[in-house]
Amino acid sequence: MKILIVDDFSTMRRIIKNLLRDLGFTNTDEADDGNTALPMLRSGKYDFLVTDWNMPGMSGFDLLKAVRADENLKNLPVLMVTAEAKRDQIVAAAQAGVNGYVVKPFTAAVLKEKIEKIFERIQ
Amino acid sequence: MSDTKQNHQGLDPEVAEKLQKQASDLAENVNAGNYAKAMTLINELSEVRDQSLYREVGRLTRSLHEAIRNFQIDPRNAEQKEVLSKMSDASDRLAYVVQMTSQAANRTMDLVEESMPVAHAMRDEAVALRDEWQRLRRREMEPAEFRELYGRIDKFFAGLTTDSDSLYQNLSEILLAQDFQDLTGQVIQKVTALVKEVEDNLLGLVVMASHVDQLTGTVHQIEEKEESAEKGVGPQIKADEREDVVSGQDDVDDLLSSLGF
Repeated sequence: MKILIVDDFSTMRRIIKNLLRDLGFTNTDEADDGNTALPMLRSGKYDFLVTDWNMPGMSGFDLLKAVRADENLKNLPVLMVTAEAKRDQIVAAAQAGVNGYVVKPFTAAVLKEKIEKIFERIQ
Repeated sequence: MSDTKQNHQGLDPEVAEKLQKQASDLAENVNAGNYAKAMTLINELSEVRDQSLYREVGRLTRSLHEAIRNFQIDPRNAEQKEVLSKMSDASDRLAYVVQMTSQAANRTMDLVEESMPVAHAMRDEAVALRDEWQRLRRREMEPAEFRELYGRIDKFFAGLTTDSDSLYQNLSEILLAQDFQDLTGQVIQKVTALVKEVEDNLLGLVVMASHVDQLTGTVHQIEEKEESAEKGVGPQIKADEREDVVSGQDDVDDLLSSLGF
Protein backbone atom coordinates (compact mmCIF):
# COMPACT_ATOMS: atom_id res chain seq x y z
CA MET A 1 0.00 0.00 0.00
CA LYS A 2 1.67 3.18 -1.24
CA ILE A 3 0.29 6.48 0.06
CA LEU A 4 0.94 10.08 -1.01
CA ILE A 5 0.57 12.78 1.66
CA VAL A 6 0.02 16.32 0.35
CA ASP A 7 0.19 19.31 2.71
CA ASP A 8 2.08 22.60 2.52
CA PHE A 9 3.18 22.38 6.17
CA SER A 10 5.94 19.88 6.82
CA THR A 11 4.84 19.44 10.44
CA MET A 12 1.38 18.33 9.35
CA ARG A 13 2.87 15.92 6.77
CA ARG A 14 5.03 14.50 9.51
CA ILE A 15 2.08 14.05 11.90
CA ILE A 16 0.02 12.27 9.24
CA LYS A 17 3.02 10.15 8.26
CA ASN A 18 3.49 9.07 11.88
CA LEU A 19 -0.19 8.27 12.35
CA LEU A 20 -0.23 6.24 9.12
CA ARG A 21 2.85 4.35 10.27
CA ASP A 22 1.06 3.50 13.52
CA LEU A 23 -1.78 2.13 11.41
CA GLY A 24 0.70 -0.08 9.59
CA PHE A 25 1.19 2.00 6.44
CA THR A 26 4.92 2.54 6.14
CA ASN A 27 5.23 3.21 2.41
CA THR A 28 4.47 6.94 2.20
CA ASP A 29 5.69 9.85 0.09
CA GLU A 30 5.14 13.55 0.57
CA ALA A 31 4.32 16.55 -1.65
CA ASP A 32 3.76 20.17 -0.67
CA ASP A 33 0.98 21.11 -3.11
CA GLY A 34 -1.11 19.86 -6.03
CA ASN A 35 1.43 20.89 -8.65
CA THR A 36 4.09 18.64 -7.16
CA ALA A 37 1.61 15.90 -6.24
CA LEU A 38 -0.02 15.41 -9.63
CA PRO A 39 3.10 14.32 -11.58
CA MET A 40 4.03 12.03 -8.68
CA LEU A 41 0.58 10.45 -8.77
CA ARG A 42 0.76 10.02 -12.54
CA SER A 43 4.08 8.21 -12.47
CA GLY A 44 4.17 6.62 -9.02
CA LYS A 45 1.46 3.95 -8.74
CA TYR A 46 -0.08 5.20 -5.51
CA ASP A 47 -2.94 3.38 -3.83
CA PHE A 48 -4.20 6.20 -1.67
CA LEU A 49 -4.06 10.00 -1.51
CA VAL A 50 -4.29 12.09 1.65
CA THR A 51 -4.47 15.81 0.87
CA ASP A 52 -4.93 19.19 2.52
CA TRP A 53 -7.21 21.73 0.84
CA ASN A 54 -5.64 25.17 1.26
CA MET A 55 -2.18 25.18 -0.33
CA PRO A 56 -0.23 27.65 -2.44
CA GLY A 57 -0.01 26.67 -6.09
CA MET A 58 -2.60 24.01 -6.76
CA SER A 59 -5.16 23.53 -3.98
CA GLY A 60 -6.25 20.12 -2.73
CA PHE A 61 -9.69 20.68 -4.22
CA ASP A 62 -8.20 21.28 -7.67
CA LEU A 63 -5.97 18.26 -7.17
CA LEU A 64 -9.05 16.16 -6.36
CA LYS A 65 -10.77 17.35 -9.53
CA ALA A 66 -7.63 16.71 -11.60
CA VAL A 67 -7.38 13.19 -10.18
CA ARG A 68 -11.02 12.43 -10.98
CA ALA A 69 -10.57 13.81 -14.50
CA ASP A 70 -7.52 11.63 -15.18
CA GLU A 71 -8.35 8.31 -16.82
CA ASN A 72 -5.63 6.45 -14.92
CA LEU A 73 -6.25 8.05 -11.54
CA LYS A 74 -10.00 8.50 -11.40
CA ASN A 75 -10.54 5.54 -9.07
CA LEU A 76 -7.80 6.53 -6.61
CA PRO A 77 -9.25 6.85 -3.09
CA VAL A 78 -8.82 10.39 -1.77
CA LEU A 79 -9.04 11.47 1.87
CA MET A 80 -9.15 15.18 2.57
CA VAL A 81 -7.56 16.30 5.83
CA THR A 82 -8.14 20.03 6.08
CA ALA A 83 -9.03 23.04 8.20
CA GLU A 84 -11.63 24.08 5.60
CA ALA A 85 -14.90 23.85 7.51
CA LYS A 86 -17.56 25.57 5.41
CA ARG A 87 -20.56 23.39 4.68
CA ASP A 88 -20.48 24.47 1.02
CA GLN A 89 -16.91 23.31 0.73
CA ILE A 90 -17.64 19.90 2.20
CA VAL A 91 -20.59 19.47 -0.16
CA ALA A 92 -18.40 20.58 -3.09
CA ALA A 93 -15.69 18.08 -2.11
CA ALA A 94 -18.29 15.32 -1.88
CA GLN A 95 -19.65 16.23 -5.30
CA ALA A 96 -16.13 16.28 -6.72
CA GLY A 97 -15.77 12.70 -5.54
CA VAL A 98 -13.82 12.77 -2.29
CA ASN A 99 -13.87 9.47 -0.37
CA GLY A 100 -13.50 10.91 3.12
CA TYR A 101 -13.28 14.29 4.82
CA VAL A 102 -11.46 14.96 8.10
CA VAL A 103 -11.43 18.47 9.61
CA LYS A 104 -8.42 19.73 11.50
CA PRO A 105 -7.77 19.58 14.37
CA PHE A 106 -8.31 15.83 14.30
CA THR A 107 -7.45 12.82 16.44
CA ALA A 108 -5.61 9.63 15.55
CA ALA A 109 -8.85 7.71 16.15
CA VAL A 110 -10.78 9.81 13.61
CA LEU A 111 -8.08 9.41 10.96
CA LYS A 112 -7.99 5.66 11.56
CA GLU A 113 -11.77 5.34 11.37
CA LYS A 114 -12.01 7.26 8.10
CA ILE A 115 -9.17 5.36 6.45
CA GLU A 116 -10.60 2.01 7.49
CA LYS A 117 -14.03 3.03 6.22
CA ILE A 118 -12.59 3.96 2.84
CA PHE A 119 -10.75 0.64 2.46
CA GLU A 120 -13.79 -1.28 3.64
CA ARG A 121 -15.84 0.26 0.87
CA ILE A 122 -13.22 -0.45 -1.79
CA GLN A 123 -12.76 -4.09 -0.93
CA MET B 1 -13.65 63.92 14.92
CA SER B 2 -16.26 65.61 17.18
CA ASP B 3 -15.41 68.79 15.30
CA THR B 4 -16.51 67.39 11.97
CA LYS B 5 -19.61 65.84 13.46
CA GLN B 6 -20.72 69.29 14.64
CA ASN B 7 -19.98 70.76 11.25
CA HIS B 8 -21.98 68.14 9.64
CA GLN B 9 -25.03 68.52 11.80
CA GLY B 10 -25.31 72.31 11.88
CA LEU B 11 -24.05 75.32 9.99
CA ASP B 12 -21.61 77.85 11.32
CA PRO B 13 -23.40 80.29 13.70
CA GLU B 14 -22.26 83.09 11.42
CA VAL B 15 -23.80 81.45 8.35
CA ALA B 16 -26.97 80.53 10.21
CA GLU B 17 -27.40 84.15 11.34
CA LYS B 18 -26.91 85.43 7.80
CA LEU B 19 -29.41 82.88 6.54
CA GLN B 20 -32.02 83.91 9.09
CA LYS B 21 -31.61 87.59 8.30
CA GLN B 22 -31.86 86.99 4.55
CA ALA B 23 -34.90 84.77 5.00
CA SER B 24 -36.78 87.38 6.99
CA ASP B 25 -35.70 90.12 4.51
CA LEU B 26 -37.00 87.89 1.73
CA ALA B 27 -40.35 87.41 3.47
CA GLU B 28 -40.65 91.16 4.08
CA ASN B 29 -39.88 92.02 0.45
CA VAL B 30 -42.26 89.40 -0.91
CA ASN B 31 -45.03 90.69 1.39
CA ALA B 32 -44.33 94.23 0.29
CA GLY B 33 -44.55 93.18 -3.36
CA ASN B 34 -40.90 94.14 -3.96
CA TYR B 35 -40.11 91.16 -6.26
CA ALA B 36 -36.94 92.51 -7.89
CA LYS B 37 -35.32 92.88 -4.48
CA ALA B 38 -36.70 89.45 -3.48
CA MET B 39 -34.99 87.81 -6.46
CA THR B 40 -31.66 89.38 -5.57
CA LEU B 41 -32.09 88.06 -2.04
CA ILE B 42 -32.78 84.55 -3.32
CA ASN B 43 -29.54 84.69 -5.35
CA GLU B 44 -27.66 85.87 -2.28
CA LEU B 45 -29.20 83.04 -0.29
CA SER B 46 -27.97 80.39 -2.69
CA GLU B 47 -24.55 82.02 -2.67
CA VAL B 48 -24.44 81.68 1.11
CA ARG B 49 -25.39 78.03 0.78
CA ASP B 50 -22.65 77.42 -1.82
CA GLN B 51 -20.06 79.19 0.26
CA SER B 52 -20.87 77.19 3.36
CA LEU B 53 -20.75 74.04 1.28
CA TYR B 54 -17.30 74.95 -0.04
CA ARG B 55 -16.13 75.76 3.44
CA GLU B 56 -17.44 72.41 4.71
CA VAL B 57 -15.75 70.52 1.91
CA GLY B 58 -12.52 72.38 2.58
CA ARG B 59 -12.68 71.57 6.26
CA LEU B 60 -13.37 67.90 5.61
CA THR B 61 -10.58 67.72 3.08
CA ARG B 62 -8.20 69.09 5.70
CA SER B 63 -9.45 66.53 8.24
CA LEU B 64 -9.01 63.84 5.65
CA HIS B 65 -5.41 64.83 5.10
CA GLU B 66 -4.93 64.91 8.84
CA ALA B 67 -6.35 61.41 9.14
CA ILE B 68 -4.15 60.15 6.33
CA ARG B 69 -1.19 61.64 8.12
CA ASN B 70 -2.26 59.90 11.33
CA PHE B 71 -2.37 56.70 9.41
CA GLN B 72 1.25 57.35 8.60
CA ILE B 73 1.95 55.47 5.47
CA ASP B 74 4.09 58.09 3.80
CA PRO B 75 7.73 57.08 4.28
CA ARG B 76 9.11 60.52 3.40
CA ASN B 77 9.42 61.93 6.89
CA ALA B 78 11.29 60.38 9.77
CA GLU B 79 8.32 60.01 12.12
CA GLN B 80 6.30 58.21 9.49
CA LYS B 81 9.21 56.04 8.54
CA GLU B 82 9.22 54.79 12.11
CA VAL B 83 5.58 53.73 11.89
CA LEU B 84 6.24 52.07 8.58
CA SER B 85 9.01 50.11 10.21
CA LYS B 86 6.53 49.25 12.96
CA MET B 87 4.45 47.58 10.27
CA SER B 88 7.29 45.62 8.76
CA ASP B 89 8.39 44.89 12.30
CA ALA B 90 4.96 43.33 12.83
CA SER B 91 5.45 41.00 9.86
CA ASP B 92 8.92 40.14 11.15
CA ARG B 93 7.34 39.34 14.49
CA LEU B 94 4.73 37.11 12.93
CA ALA B 95 7.41 35.37 10.87
CA TYR B 96 9.20 34.78 14.16
CA VAL B 97 6.04 33.16 15.57
CA VAL B 98 5.83 30.84 12.57
CA GLN B 99 9.49 29.96 12.99
CA MET B 100 9.22 29.34 16.74
CA THR B 101 6.09 27.20 16.49
CA SER B 102 7.53 25.15 13.67
CA GLN B 103 10.78 24.68 15.61
CA ALA B 104 8.87 23.51 18.68
CA ALA B 105 6.68 21.17 16.65
CA ASN B 106 9.70 19.61 14.95
CA ARG B 107 11.68 19.31 18.17
CA THR B 108 8.69 17.63 19.84
CA MET B 109 8.21 15.25 16.95
CA ASP B 110 11.94 14.40 16.88
CA LEU B 111 11.75 13.42 20.55
CA VAL B 112 8.51 11.49 20.10
CA GLU B 113 9.91 9.59 17.12
CA GLU B 114 13.00 8.82 19.19
CA SER B 115 10.91 7.61 22.15
CA MET B 116 8.37 5.45 20.35
CA PRO B 117 10.79 2.67 19.29
CA VAL B 118 12.26 2.62 22.84
CA ALA B 119 8.79 2.11 24.35
CA HIS B 120 8.06 -0.49 21.68
CA ALA B 121 11.25 -2.45 22.35
CA MET B 122 10.56 -2.41 26.10
CA ARG B 123 7.12 -3.80 25.52
CA ASP B 124 8.28 -6.49 23.09
CA GLU B 125 11.00 -7.73 25.44
CA ALA B 126 8.57 -7.72 28.39
CA VAL B 127 6.09 -9.83 26.42
CA ALA B 128 8.80 -12.31 25.42
CA LEU B 129 10.10 -12.59 28.97
CA ARG B 130 6.61 -13.07 30.37
CA ASP B 131 6.08 -16.04 28.02
CA GLU B 132 9.39 -17.57 29.12
CA TRP B 133 8.52 -16.92 32.73
CA GLN B 134 5.17 -18.74 32.33
CA ARG B 135 7.05 -21.72 30.87
CA LEU B 136 9.37 -21.73 33.87
CA ARG B 137 6.40 -21.64 36.26
CA ARG B 138 4.82 -24.52 34.43
CA ARG B 139 8.18 -26.30 34.90
CA GLU B 140 8.58 -26.75 31.16
CA MET B 141 12.10 -25.37 31.09
CA GLU B 142 15.39 -27.20 30.72
CA PRO B 143 18.20 -26.11 33.06
CA ALA B 144 20.20 -24.71 30.13
CA GLU B 145 17.22 -22.63 28.99
CA PHE B 146 16.74 -21.41 32.52
CA ARG B 147 20.34 -20.20 32.69
CA GLU B 148 19.77 -18.30 29.46
CA LEU B 149 16.56 -16.78 30.82
CA TYR B 150 18.41 -15.81 33.99
CA GLY B 151 20.91 -13.78 31.96
CA ARG B 152 18.20 -12.31 29.80
CA ILE B 153 16.21 -11.03 32.79
CA ASP B 154 19.37 -9.48 34.19
CA LYS B 155 19.97 -7.67 30.92
CA PHE B 156 16.32 -6.60 30.73
CA PHE B 157 16.46 -4.95 34.15
CA ALA B 158 19.63 -3.10 33.26
CA GLY B 159 18.13 -1.97 29.94
CA LEU B 160 14.89 -0.96 31.64
CA THR B 161 16.74 1.53 33.80
CA THR B 162 18.56 3.27 30.95
CA ASP B 163 15.53 3.13 28.63
CA SER B 164 13.17 4.65 31.17
CA ASP B 165 15.80 7.28 31.94
CA SER B 166 15.99 8.24 28.28
CA LEU B 167 12.18 8.26 27.98
CA TYR B 168 11.97 10.52 31.02
CA GLN B 169 14.64 12.77 29.55
CA ASN B 170 12.77 13.02 26.25
CA LEU B 171 9.49 13.78 27.99
CA SER B 172 11.02 16.60 29.98
CA GLU B 173 12.58 18.00 26.79
CA ILE B 174 9.16 17.87 25.14
CA LEU B 175 7.85 19.83 28.09
CA LEU B 176 10.57 22.45 27.61
CA ALA B 177 9.89 22.66 23.89
CA GLN B 178 6.48 24.16 24.79
CA ASP B 179 8.14 27.35 26.10
CA PHE B 180 7.48 28.96 22.70
CA GLN B 181 3.89 29.59 23.82
CA ASP B 182 5.01 32.26 26.28
CA LEU B 183 7.20 34.06 23.73
CA THR B 184 4.86 33.80 20.77
CA GLY B 185 1.94 34.81 22.99
CA GLN B 186 3.67 38.06 23.89
CA VAL B 187 4.61 38.76 20.28
CA ILE B 188 1.09 38.11 19.04
CA GLN B 189 -0.39 40.40 21.70
CA LYS B 190 1.92 43.21 20.51
CA VAL B 191 0.93 42.71 16.89
CA THR B 192 -2.75 42.56 17.86
CA ALA B 193 -2.39 45.96 19.57
CA LEU B 194 -0.82 47.42 16.43
CA VAL B 195 -3.57 46.01 14.22
CA LYS B 196 -6.16 47.57 16.56
CA GLU B 197 -4.43 50.94 16.31
CA VAL B 198 -4.29 50.76 12.53
CA GLU B 199 -7.91 49.69 12.43
CA ASP B 200 -8.98 52.72 14.51
CA ASN B 201 -7.10 55.14 12.26
CA LEU B 202 -8.47 53.48 9.19
CA LEU B 203 -12.00 53.68 10.52
CA GLY B 204 -11.56 57.43 11.14
CA LEU B 205 -10.37 57.75 7.57
CA VAL B 206 -13.37 55.89 6.20
CA VAL B 207 -15.84 58.04 8.19
CA MET B 208 -14.13 61.19 6.98
CA ALA B 209 -14.12 60.04 3.38
CA SER B 210 -17.80 59.20 3.54
CA HIS B 211 -18.56 62.76 4.75
CA VAL B 212 -16.70 64.18 1.78
CA ASP B 213 -18.56 61.79 -0.51
CA GLN B 214 -21.89 62.88 0.98
CA LEU B 215 -21.14 66.56 0.47
CA THR B 216 -19.89 66.18 -3.05
CA GLY B 217 -22.48 63.58 -3.97
CA THR B 218 -19.89 61.03 -5.01
CA VAL B 219 -21.11 57.46 -5.31
CA HIS B 220 -18.52 54.68 -5.45
CA GLN B 221 -19.17 51.40 -7.08
CA ILE B 222 -17.33 48.89 -5.02
CA GLU B 223 -17.50 45.30 -6.10
CA GLU B 224 -17.77 42.91 -3.21
CA LYS B 225 -14.89 40.53 -3.29
CA GLU B 226 -15.77 37.16 -1.88
CA GLU B 227 -13.06 34.84 -0.65
CA SER B 228 -12.74 31.88 -2.95
CA ALA B 229 -13.97 28.75 -1.23
CA GLU B 230 -12.38 26.73 -4.02
CA LYS B 231 -8.92 28.05 -3.24
CA GLY B 232 -9.50 27.42 0.45
CA VAL B 233 -10.03 29.97 3.20
CA GLY B 234 -8.20 28.40 6.12
CA PRO B 235 -9.41 27.61 9.64
CA GLN B 236 -12.71 29.16 10.69
CA ILE B 237 -12.63 31.31 13.81
CA LYS B 238 -15.73 31.28 16.07
CA ALA B 239 -17.12 28.28 14.20
CA ASP B 240 -19.77 27.62 16.89
CA GLU B 241 -21.40 30.96 16.22
CA ARG B 242 -21.71 30.42 12.49
CA GLU B 243 -24.34 28.52 10.60
CA ASP B 244 -22.41 27.96 7.39
CA VAL B 245 -19.49 26.28 9.11
CA VAL B 246 -19.22 22.84 10.68
CA SER B 247 -18.18 22.77 14.33
CA GLY B 248 -16.27 19.51 14.23
CA GLN B 249 -15.88 16.05 12.76
CA ASP B 250 -19.34 14.92 13.95
CA ASP B 251 -20.89 17.76 11.98
CA VAL B 252 -18.91 16.76 8.89
CA ASP B 253 -20.01 13.14 9.24
CA ASP B 254 -23.66 14.17 9.64
CA LEU B 255 -23.46 16.43 6.60
CA LEU B 256 -21.81 13.74 4.47
CA SER B 257 -24.26 11.04 5.53
CA SER B 258 -27.13 13.40 4.70
CA LEU B 259 -25.62 13.50 1.20
CA GLY B 260 -25.73 9.73 1.09
CA PHE B 261 -22.10 9.05 1.99
